[in-house]
Amino acid sequence: MHIVVCIKQVPDSSQIRVHPVTNTIMRQGVPAVVNPYDLFSLEEALRLKDRVGGRVTVLCMGPPQAEMALRKAISFGADHAILVTDRAFAGSDTLATSFALASAVRQIGRDMAVDLVFCGKQTIDGDTAQVGPGIAKRLDLQLLTYVSQIDAVDPERREIVVRRRAEGGVQVLKTRLPCLITMLEGSNELRFATQAGIFRAARYPVQRWDSKAAGIEDPSRVGLKGSPTVVRKVFAPTPNTQRADLISCESGTPEDLAATLLAKLTTRNPELAALLGRAGMQETGR
Amino acid sequence: MIDYQAPLTDMQFVLEHLVGERLAGLAPFAALDRETIGAVLQEAARLVEAEIAPLNAAGDRQGCRLQETAVQTPAGFPAAYQAFVDGGWQGLSLPEVDGGQGLPYLYSHVLMDMLAAANSAFSLYPMLTQSACEALRLHGSEALRDRYLATLTSGRFAGTMCLTEPQAGSDLSLIRTRAEPDGADAAGPAYRLTGTKIFITGGEQDLSENIVHMVLARLPDAPAGVEGISLFLVPKLLPDGERNAVYCRGLEQKMGIHGASTCVMGFEGARGWLVGEANRGLRHMFTMMNLARLAVGSQGLGIAEAAAQRALGYARERLQGRPGKGQRTGETVPIVAHAEVRRMLLRLRTGAEGARMLAYDVAAEVDVARHHADPARREQAAGYVELMTPICKAGLTDIGLANASLAVQVYGGHGYIRDNGVEQLLRDAKINCLYEGTNGIQAIDLVARKLRLADGALPEILFRRVAKAPAEGAFAPLPALLAQAREVTARLQARLAAGEDVTGLAYPYLEGMLRLALAGQWARAQQAAPALAPAQAARKQAAAVFFARTELARARAEFEIAAQDPAECALADPALV
Repeated sequence: MHIVVCIKQVPDSSQIRVHPVTNTIMRQGVPAVVNPYDLFSLEEALRLKDRVGGRVTVLCMGPPQAEMALRKAISFGADHAILVTDRAFAGSDTLATSFALASAVRQIGRDMAVDLVFCGKQTIDGDTAQVGPGIAKRLDLQLLTYVSQIDAVDPERREIVVRRRAEGGVQVLKTRLPCLITMLEGSNELRFATQAGIFRAARYPVQRWDSKAAGIEDPSRVGLKGSPTVVRKVFAPTPNTQRADLISCESGTPEDLAATLLAKLTTRNPELAALLGRAGMQETGR
Repeated sequence: MIDYQAPLTDMQFVLEHLVGERLAGLAPFAALDRETIGAVLQEAARLVEAEIAPLNAAGDRQGCRLQETAVQTPAGFPAAYQAFVDGGWQGLSLPEVDGGQGLPYLYSHVLMDMLAAANSAFSLYPMLTQSACEALRLHGSEALRDRYLATLTSGRFAGTMCLTEPQAGSDLSLIRTRAEPDGADAAGPAYRLTGTKIFITGGEQDLSENIVHMVLARLPDAPAGVEGISLFLVPKLLPDGERNAVYCRGLEQKMGIHGASTCVMGFEGARGWLVGEANRGLRHMFTMMNLARLAVGSQGLGIAEAAAQRALGYARERLQGRPGKGQRTGETVPIVAHAEVRRMLLRLRTGAEGARMLAYDVAAEVDVARHHADPARREQAAGYVELMTPICKAGLTDIGLANASLAVQVYGGHGYIRDNGVEQLLRDAKINCLYEGTNGIQAIDLVARKLRLADGALPEILFRRVAKAPAEGAFAPLPALLAQAREVTARLQARLAAGEDVTGLAYPYLEGMLRLALAGQWARAQQAAPALAPAQAARKQAAAVFFARTELARARAEFEIAAQDPAECALADPALV
């Protein structure tokens, strides 16, 4: 089995601040991490390799320093790492990114046919969840999003059975390989890297592909030119201060429920309590 | 509640700005880069935070159980130990030829910093194995090393150190365990060992496949006293898989570290092999004991850090009182708003961070002593380590205990309640002051032995280093303190030369030397602080100032006590105690 895992290096969103005046993301000094959603896919890929054997190749598109993200993946046990990096990719939106990554996956397949592609459910910086499906469409792969569990995989019969979180329940789906899977967060727990893995990662020569090496012949399909999306404005929405209180209607007499409601209203609004007067307060004070 | 969060920023600050340069020049570590070290520390932190820290409180409650001769460690310990072994962490700083990772010795202290903070009881198992590895590696025959070194280095087998007997504690010359010759095999001449050992950490447990005991015992014709003690390797399971006649005959009920099995071990004609030369066992043991003492110092550091983290977290949340003098109305504030609480918190932080700087500093010198190209520099480093070993062992474990006590204090009455988790730190911290040579023994070692070694030249190694530290700002009194330290040291050395017993004032001297060494570290940290992010740099500088304003005076007082004539301090007569 040859499994490709697409990962992205993102700023650690837990340490990000938005500039109070310009409303732009302040990236200075924010450490870069592997997109946390991608790690569920990486772990699942490594588990599949443990089960049925094969090769795990991690693929990342980004600036040269994104190599760190790939090394991280190698330290957990991925076999190969390829960084697709080229100035021509700067400014790519999800359409252009999925075009470039799909092309790179095709190139990877020339060496050893790709059976499975994993992507994160979405990234924590863009939150679009579009790149995975975009790659699947371009490579004509079966698409399984929001997968919570892989029940079975049969490399001989080229079949896979997964559980997929759907609205109102869980779908059990069987499909043919090759396919593309995006894993749901929390579906597994990333293993610990071993010392041997960390040192292998430190010495591992990450392959760097420019757009040509990634098999991209038409430069107008990537970078700003290939990106129809334009960010017009980034802003922080005004905080929603409304609060709701729940009153359970399952138990209690209608009188009790009314008293609870009145008590809640009068604590919020003392003037109302005053208007209702002493009698009203005594009623609700039980 | 987060049990423990590895202070990676502070660790990296110390590693990069205070000790890192020394390692960069050492040949075996030339290929180690910042990213790799960062990845190693991050993954160590992940494992410790996720797998080992959460077992701390439950392990304390549950403790170890003895069934027949088998010991059950607390729930979760075997799985966590396995994860530790699988990750290759046991051999972190052990040589690659033996199956280790070959990282600098220094990093075993960074790992201990994390382990002891997260779970002191757990940290003991790997620590003892590392000690056994060192003893075997340095003194074992090739055949014995071939048989056991790789499995010990990986942690598949665990090690113990069997020294203490009921009548032989600090005074090991009283050891009675016998070793009788019993043929020979591929690993050399074999022996049958008979006797009882007590306080054996990990003597029996359910973590590892096999247990390798390093045992001090006497050969039949051995001379009396310490010159008649030999070192033996006694496995729980013999090479053919048969059970050896060494059994756990009891578990001690202890004040703390309940998750660590502390066994009474019966050697009932157990088969073993001689390690190193006959009758030189205590010497062999001491090459390793010195490293173990440094490791215990870093256990003190770990507890100091854990205590500081808990107290800081609590003080930011606990709402009591109002800000400002005599104010009776207004919002209730977190107790960190009170200056007296801040004094405790700063003491906690400077305790932990100072301990870290000193522990890493001395550990880095162990690497220099082993690997530096220049023999003179190696010798100087070795001398520094000799001098600083008792200071680190006693000093840093005292800081650990003081910090644990102070954390309980910050919690107030709630600190005394078990569920709040800080009283465990206090109970766990005390053992560090007792084992591997009590802290009093360390002070005696410092004065009676280290002040005399190399014609009395060792203290000057520390003094010259402190003299190079920038005595700026709050550290302006540092040169005066240094002059006082030199004077007291000379006075003690003169008394020693005259045959006087000065050990009665050894402890105050150790306390003074500890603070002097810490002052040197803090003065450097103050200078290096701007390398940190602005908020962290400000905190580091505040901690340095706080240290200078509170501890330099204490150092002067301790030296003043140590400078007195012991004969005039009512120390001479047991009847007057």
